[in-house]
This record gives sequence, C-alpha cells and structure tokens, in this order.
Amino acid sequence: MDENVSTHYSGPVCPLPLTHTGQIVMGHGSGGKLSQDLIQRVFLPSFDNPALRAGDDAALVLPNQSTRLAISTDSHVVWPLFFPGGDIGSLAVCGTVNDVAMLGAEPLYLTAGFILEEGLQLEILERVVASMHLAASEAGVQIVAGDTKVVQKGKADLLYINTTGVGLIRPGVEIGGANAHPGDLVILSGPIGDHGISVLEARGELGFESHIQSDIAPLNHLVSAMLQVSDQVHVLRDPTRGGVATTLNEIAVQSQVSIILNEGSLPIRPAVAAACEMLGFDPLYLANEGKLIALVGRSDGERVLQTMRLTRYGEESQIIGEIKDTPQGRVLMKTILGSTRIVDVLAGEMLPRIC
Amino acid sequence: MKYLTEYRDAGLVHTLVDEIRRTVKRNWVVMEICGGQTHAIMRYGLDQLLPPEIELVHGPGCPVCVTSLELIDKALEIASQPGVIFTSYGDMLRVPGSGRDLFSVRASGGDVRVVYSPLDAIKIAQLNPDKQVVFFAIGFETTAPANAMSVIQAEALGLKNYSVLVSHVRVPPAMHAILGSPENRVQAFMAAGHVCAVMGYWEYPPIAHQYKVPIVVTGFEPVDILQGLLLSIRQLETGRFETENGYPRVVTFEGNRPAQDVLQRVFQECDRKWRGIGLIPASGWQLRSEYAHLDAETRFSVDQIQPEESPICISGQVLQGVKKPLQCPAFGGLCTPEHPLGATMVSSEGACAAYYHYGREAYG
Repeated sequence: MDENVSTHYSGPVCPLPLTHTGQIVMGHGSGGKLSQDLIQRVFLPSFDNPALRAGDDAALVLPNQSTRLAISTDSHVVWPLFFPGGDIGSLAVCGTVNDVAMLGAEPLYLTAGFILEEGLQLEILERVVASMHLAASEAGVQIVAGDTKVVQKGKADLLYINTTGVGLIRPGVEIGGANAHPGDLVILSGPIGDHGISVLEARGELGFESHIQSDIAPLNHLVSAMLQVSDQVHVLRDPTRGGVATTLNEIAVQSQVSIILNEGSLPIRPAVAAACEMLGFDPLYLANEGKLIALVGRSDGERVLQTMRLTRYGEESQIIGEIKDTPQGRVLMKTILGSTRIVDVLAGEMLPRIC
Repeated sequence: MKYLTEYRDAGLVHTLVDEIRRTVKRNWVVMEICGGQTHAIMRYGLDQLLPPEIELVHGPGCPVCVTSLELIDKALEIASQPGVIFTSYGDMLRVPGSGRDLFSVRASGGDVRVVYSPLDAIKIAQLNPDKQVVFFAIGFETTAPANAMSVIQAEALGLKNYSVLVSHVRVPPAMHAILGSPENRVQAFMAAGHVCAVMGYWEYPPIAHQYKVPIVVTGFEPVDILQGLLLSIRQLETGRFETENGYPRVVTFEGNRPAQDVLQRVFQECDRKWRGIGLIPASGWQLRSEYAHLDAETRFSVDQIQPEESPICISGQVLQGVKKPLQCPAFGGLCTPEHPLGATMVSSEGACAAYYHYGREAYG
C-alpha cells in the first residue's frame, strides 16, 4: 500500500524469513516437509546410494542375484508409553514390520535397541517387552538381536526403542513408491486418524474423552493376502507420521503422477471427525499405525478390495481415489460439493487452532 | 455430525449457488471478515462454484496474522527468560518475530507450552508456584472473554505468578480502516459469526449507514457462507445497505451480555498496531488499571521493545482485501508455511495459508 493512502497505516510490514537452519525444532520429526528437508540437506549428501534414494518405507537390497531383501529401521519415542489400544512396545514391533511389508516383503527378523532412563521401573519395561512379544508373535517375526543402554536420569524420558527389520521379497513381487501408473485405484485399508487422536487423548490434550483406540496392528498378513490374489499391486505405503495426505504426496512425486481423492469416500470415524472439528486438525494429516494405502491396477481393484475386507485389519477398506497423468506430483481432492482442491504435505508440527 | 453435516449438504449448497447466479447482475467485491470463513471457502472450493461477477476478498480476521511484530518480539523475549513458563495457543508458536519464533525459543531451552484455554494456564500457574506463568492473550472479541476470565480468576485465587501479554483487537475499527481507505474495493461485508456471537451486531448498523455497505452476519460452514453471500448480493443488487443476521442459530442482536460484561470489567479500549496494516485508533483492548499488575509487559520490562518491520511481503494488502495472495511475488516460492514471510501464511486461518494448502494454482 502507498504511504499516502491513510494516516492510519504505516505501510505494508513484514518480518524476515525464518529458516530454522541452525537448530533442530520439533517439526523436523513430524514426517512432513521439515523432515524431508533434513534428509535432503543432511543425510542424503553423506549416505547417498540407490536404496536410500528410492525413498520408500524400507530399502530394497540385493545381496546376490537370487535374493532380494527389504530392510527398515525406526526409533520410537512416543509419549506416554501406554495409550488406548497400544504402547511403545507394540508400536516398535508393528511400525518396523509394516515398513518392511510395504515393499511386499515377508518380514522375518527384528532387532531391538533399548535406551533406558536411570530409575525406570522394571515392571514398566516388563510390560513393554511382553507387548513386543505379543505383537511379534502375531506378525510371525523373531526378535533375534538386541542392545540395552542406560542413560542418567533426566537424559531420556523413561524409555526409547529402536527396531530394525529384515524381510524377504518373493520373486515376481515388484512394489515401490515409484511404480504408480495412471489408471491405478487408491485403496485405503480403514478409517484414518485413530492413532493420532488416541495418543492426544492419552496426553490429556483433548480436553474430553473420545474412547478412540489406536489402530496399531501388524499388516504383513494383510499384504500377503493381497499379493496372493493380484500381481497388480504397484505401491504400498503405511501412512504414519504426516498422515494420508503426506504419504500420497510422496507417492505422487516418486511416480510423477497425480492422485485424485474423493472426499466422500474417505473413511473417518465420527469420534475422530468430531475431535478434529473441535481442535482444528485435518484427519488427512493424523498418524495411523495400522493402515495401509495400496495403489492397484484398475482391473484388479475390486478383487484386491474384497480380499482386504476379508482380513482382520482390512474389514473397512475403501477405494478412495485414482491415479491420473497430470498435474504431476500433486494430490487433489474432489470435495463433497463437487469442487477441487489441493491436498498438500504437512508443513511442520501440527498445531491446534486458536478459535 | 449434527449441526455440521447438514450445513455441508451438497444439494443445499447447489441450490444456494443457483439462487446467487439468478440474483447477481453486476460485478461485486465482497469481503469475508474472518479467517475461518476464508479457510472454509478454499477448503470446499466455494469460489469455484460462484459466478464470475462475484469476487471474494479476504479480511483481517485472523488473530494470528494481525498480532503485531512488536508483541511477538515481546513474547519471544519473555519466553526466553529463565523461570518463565510461556503459554500460548498453538498457532502462535510458528509466527516469526524479528528472526526467530517460539519454536526456536523452545528449542533453545525456553519453557513454551501450548494450551487450549487460558484457564489451563491458570492451572499451570497453580502447579508451579516457583515459576512465572505468562499467557499470550491474543485474538478478537471471540477469545477475549475467556482471556478476561483468566485475569479475574487469577485475581480471585491471589496468584502472584500469573500474568497476561495482551494483544486483543476488535473488528469494527478494522472495518472503519478498510472502508475509509482510498484504495478500498470492498462493497459488502460478511461479518464474522463467532465475533458476533459474543458482541452481537449492534455495533454494525452505523458502519453500514456511514459507508453505505451491506453487512451480513455470516457463519462458517459452506451453507452458512453461501447464505451470507446471497443476502449480501440481494442487498447490493437492490441498492440497500443494511445490517442483516445470516447466522441466527448462533447470533443475536445483543450478543452474549455476560461475556461483554466480563470484557468491560477487565479491558479498556486502546490504540493497537496491526501486523501488516499499522496503527488503528481504538482498535484494541488493554488491561484496565485495576489489573495493571497482571500485565506481562510491565512485569518483564519489555515495553521498550519496538522492532522495525521490513517491507517484503504484501500481507498488509491481503489483510485489507486490496490484493490477493496469488498477487504476491513471494507466494509459494520464498514464502511457504514452513518458511513464512508474513503472518497470513502462518496461521491455519491466514488467507495465504488457505490459498497455499487448498488452491495455489489453477487445476483441471
């Protein structure tokens, strides 16, 4: 605005840009754009190799000509340790099992590294380990190596767990984030946002009771069932941090396609939708720990969907959209009103709205 | 969800759009005051459904966007001090001051906590008697009553370790400022329903008459917004300039009298700087002298902080409806939600953020 417009105005004013270059902020761990920036700026330049650069949930490695392995690692720092529907132990097992399964691999072995805070009650550790045992049994994986470190009181928050998983990819299975084709259907294995809301509730941040349980679950058996009925499963991804929106954006960029969602088809539980309305969150950005997104060739879509619905963790599966050529690298949504809007990645930390 | 689903009904939306199409004859510029309305418009793509004669411009009603750089810098200074627990609504953590934000303060060791209500800040103060607890009291008439209530509660509880950094702003003076500007293009207002739920709309008829603009109290769901727009267009096409209530299920003429009483008890009018706009006389609220001892600015001696703001982005024009986010050369390039140049890109209610997230370019 010109300075002579009005004596009331001091003209356009604006602060300097913030780049957060010097310091890690919580948003770097959100799974959104800041996390991506960190990978691009800090990790990739030093560690660069094709397996890492592929940017999938797990890395595909070829120790010899006849063997393809999927490897993934994940650290778990969730607070509180126990929340409705799960705990840090089940999360540590399922999170890594699922990442390995998202390459179509059969998860076989896990390692587990524990960082324990001095003073942690042994009973808490035993409960967490029992939960890991249960989850590993259900997934059919063995925890074959481990490590324990103890840090001084105050140097950690009770207990952190890192797990690494290895799985075998069967011949003929070709799944990866870059494999989406125009025409593919987007299938989601059930309602979104349950985990995100359950953890918020356990933290006492909701201000009301939601009775929402985390959806934590090992998805490898669901994946096996899908691969048994179709060789047209092109992409698998579990929409954890950053939610469905961020995950789909990653696929759109990796495959250079456009993803068109249908707002009316998105499965969201009423309690999750209500919590999001009150807090100003969008369920598309909430974390899930027992859901997968599958991009499947159109001819096999219905068959894969029906197969998913027969499994324990896929009963509420839905086709939520489709893949198109353009605009490349973008996720769009047809709204319930018939208009179209962009669905972007999560920027930093998800913030509750003021009013 | 009851009271939500029916106001997002596609059939009703299209009926209203058809009626707007039938009603509109000439070109009109209508401003929605509130950032919540802007987001609903972008999120549901309502602008795509409207006839080309209607241009919606986005108003200054985003509390995060208009909080002055000066206040943010004061907040950053207070939050950095040892022994302070700084509490704020979540949105404010990412708003840049002169070179950093509350996230950075937290990363550097400051105790910055997100609260959902100022009464949570009161609880924190009770639980931490050895710490100074400060609440960042920002916002329009909507958030002001709860913030005022926290002041009354702190007084009643005799809390010596609670104070508020007050940055309250009021809608009617901003409407005067927009309409009084020679660059003004706004021909009708959709007034902010939540503000009116507290204040009523008795302040608006004099504005409508003085500037000859229709003012329609409007809600936040697609059906509400289109209803408000239809009433505005009907007035414009028939040459009327009245104050109408398009949100009667929530808003009454008088508003919430007990809430207004609390406001009167705790706050008094003051001049206030708006980020991107500048000083608007009598556009803010500050603590009355009886509560001055709860003013964080005095308690932490930050009243001298007066930063220079650099003219990079156009958030000022965006907030006044003179320009749209896409007309900014920095939009989407230099300025994104992760690296915002202006507050309109920061808040989930900011107009630039709404454009960025939901519709930053034309698509098929």
